[in-house]
Amino acid sequence: MRTVINVEDISKQYRLGLVGTGTLKDDLYRWWYRIQGKEDPLLKVGEVNDRSKKGSSDYVFALKDVGFDVAQGEVLGIIGKNGAGKSTLLKVLSRTTSPSTGRIRIKGRVASLLEVGTGFHPELTGRENIFLNGAILGMTKQEITRKFDEIVDFSGVERYIDTPVKRYSSGMYVRLAFGVAAHLESEILIVDEVLAVGDIEFQKKSLGKMGEVSRQGGKTVLFVSHNMISIGSLCNKLLVMKHGQVDFHGDVKEGLNYYINHMQHVIESSDLSESLKALPEDEYFELLDFDLQQEQSDGEVFLSSRPIKVCYRYRIKKRITGLRVGFDFIEQKSEMTLFTVFHDDSYKTVEPWQEGVYTSEAIIDANLLREGSFIINIAVCVHNVRWIINGELKVPLEVRNIEGITPIYGFEKRPGFLLPPIAWRNEPAGE
Amino acid sequence: MNSEKNQLAEDWDMVIEPRSSLFSLNLREVWRHGYLLMMFVRRDLVSVYKQTILGPLWFFIQPLLTTITFTIIFGNIAKISTDGLPQVLFYMSGITLWNYFSDCLTNTSNTFTVNASIFGKVYFPRLVMPLSRAISGLAKFGVQFLLFVVFLIYYKITGSDVHPDISGILLVTPVVVVILAGLALGLGLILSAMTTKYRDLFFLITFGIQLLMYATPVIYPISSMDAKFRWLIQGNPISWLVEAFRHVYLGAGELSIPGLAYSFGVMVVILVIGVVIFNRVEKTFMDTV
Repeated sequence: MRTVINVEDISKQYRLGLVGTGTLKDDLYRWWYRIQGKEDPLLKVGEVNDRSKKGSSDYVFALKDVGFDVAQGEVLGIIGKNGAGKSTLLKVLSRTTSPSTGRIRIKGRVASLLEVGTGFHPELTGRENIFLNGAILGMTKQEITRKFDEIVDFSGVERYIDTPVKRYSSGMYVRLAFGVAAHLESEILIVDEVLAVGDIEFQKKSLGKMGEVSRQGGKTVLFVSHNMISIGSLCNKLLVMKHGQVDFHGDVKEGLNYYINHMQHVIESSDLSESLKALPEDEYFELLDFDLQQEQSDGEVFLSSRPIKVCYRYRIKKRITGLRVGFDFIEQKSEMTLFTVFHDDSYKTVEPWQEGVYTSEAIIDANLLREGSFIINIAVCVHNVRWIINGELKVPLEVRNIEGITPIYGFEKRPGFLLPPIAWRNEPAGE
Repeated sequence: MNSEKNQLAEDWDMVIEPRSSLFSLNLREVWRHGYLLMMFVRRDLVSVYKQTILGPLWFFIQPLLTTITFTIIFGNIAKISTDGLPQVLFYMSGITLWNYFSDCLTNTSNTFTVNASIFGKVYFPRLVMPLSRAISGLAKFGVQFLLFVVFLIYYKITGSDVHPDISGILLVTPVVVVILAGLALGLGLILSAMTTKYRDLFFLITFGIQLLMYATPVIYPISSMDAKFRWLIQGNPISWLVEAFRHVYLGAGELSIPGLAYSFGVMVVILVIGVVIFNRVEKTFMDTV
């Protein structure tokens, strides 16, 4: 397959802060160097874009020396934290802004979809907007006329096609807008997270349409998303961006693993120690530390295919009987999922605990959880007597299913929140 | 992979680079987006009559009211000369031309700021946008021009002292309109490029357009101007257009070929400067807006 996009050492420099005094000065400064044929002096002072650290310079590189090739028919996912340079890269590729240095060469027509319904005018009818939006996206009149019925059919707004789009429901609006975009006849399609709109039904349809587009048409697709599920199901290559640079470029499965293992802590560990300190004082019990662990995980995002260890360290200040340490397991979108304590095996035990420091560990089995956001609500109580901790300490748990049991179910996330391996046996039963 | 690297330069359809030369205008690309241009013009026109109660009637009401106001204030109170022409026709002819110029200028000078959301998402030659504004403004001008013609015919029939020169009309009208459009577009392009960086220019534009009207023979004829200030008015390229327009339609005012040539020259210079500056800004304006 030939290379259709060749990106060479692209950098994009931004000036931090407001455009204030000094711009004219800087402009003149640059101009002076340029007419002398020297390199732009201000370009040198920029540095890698790490928003958490304060740079010493006013200039920052949103992209720094980014280079990669995309072959024809490739579906390249682009992933990275906020501020990693994904959007800037898309903007440069779709020519809405130009790079500071470097060169991009492209073979074929490019259509970029950084938003659905760009240029839709509320007063115009659906029909008029199809033509306007199509033209904005680079279609010719003949193309739009030819695809018109298909677009209307795809978006399912046939009855309202001559109604101004301001009367459309937001769902209809998005469907129509996406319908136009999905029927672009370009060799290269650049898509931002536009799929994160509309109802599930429609998301499924648009993801399907995109997949179909790349598989059948031999189209090259660049797809930026936070959603690892859709990246995993659509893309065959992955580009991981970090601080404006390419952190990983290669196979999608490998890349998602890499991404998971190198993601930074979402919540700083200092937050946890703060919350531990903020816990109400108890005469008998003090929670010293709490941790979620998984092999090869950074402690924030976990893989569903590997066991998760829930670890406690605590001090018993006074002899106590009937102590129970455990947690509620809550799926963020629903109610509690499970409640567990360390005496689940023998609920009658009320043995005494002497003073001292102890640890408790619970193992959440591999392949138990579906992908999702969970909360561990730490619970400590004296059996049948009182709560010591309940509700004061909630720890987020992000679980990703990348290598586990069939993550994709159709084009949606697999329903339900548990995903244990269930043994099935199928046998011919005779007549 | 290695063989792919050796693809010939002409194998690529598009090369994105940081800075292109000053004059890489790529007007052919604008030409290829002719359909988009048409759609934008259509959008402007359709949205005007869909959004308002009176719709295109505003096209008539505005010049009518302005004409009446001017007739009362400048004609009857200030008693400024109208070159012996009926006041209504005199003012209306000036207002029709001036309206097009000022609309076109305001609508193109805010190109980048108004369209930032579209420009930030999709690429097309940005020049299409101000061009579409200049063209859709032409439709409004056409309507107001018709209104003027209706009044002219009425005054002619009722025996007023007006002398339209048909062959002159056919010859001069397109020249005047083209130069006027070019001036407004060129100036608008320059201003739109500057307003992306320096927002306060907007205030200057509205204010400046008002002032410029008084430096143009809209409410007075050049002939009434004191010789001391006449050079000022004659240096204004629009003056020659208004005068020529009045000359062929009403039979008063000065039809000066060197004057028109001067206007044309200024128009070409401003338009070229405008397109070059605009072209330069369009590549990076998303970073400054």
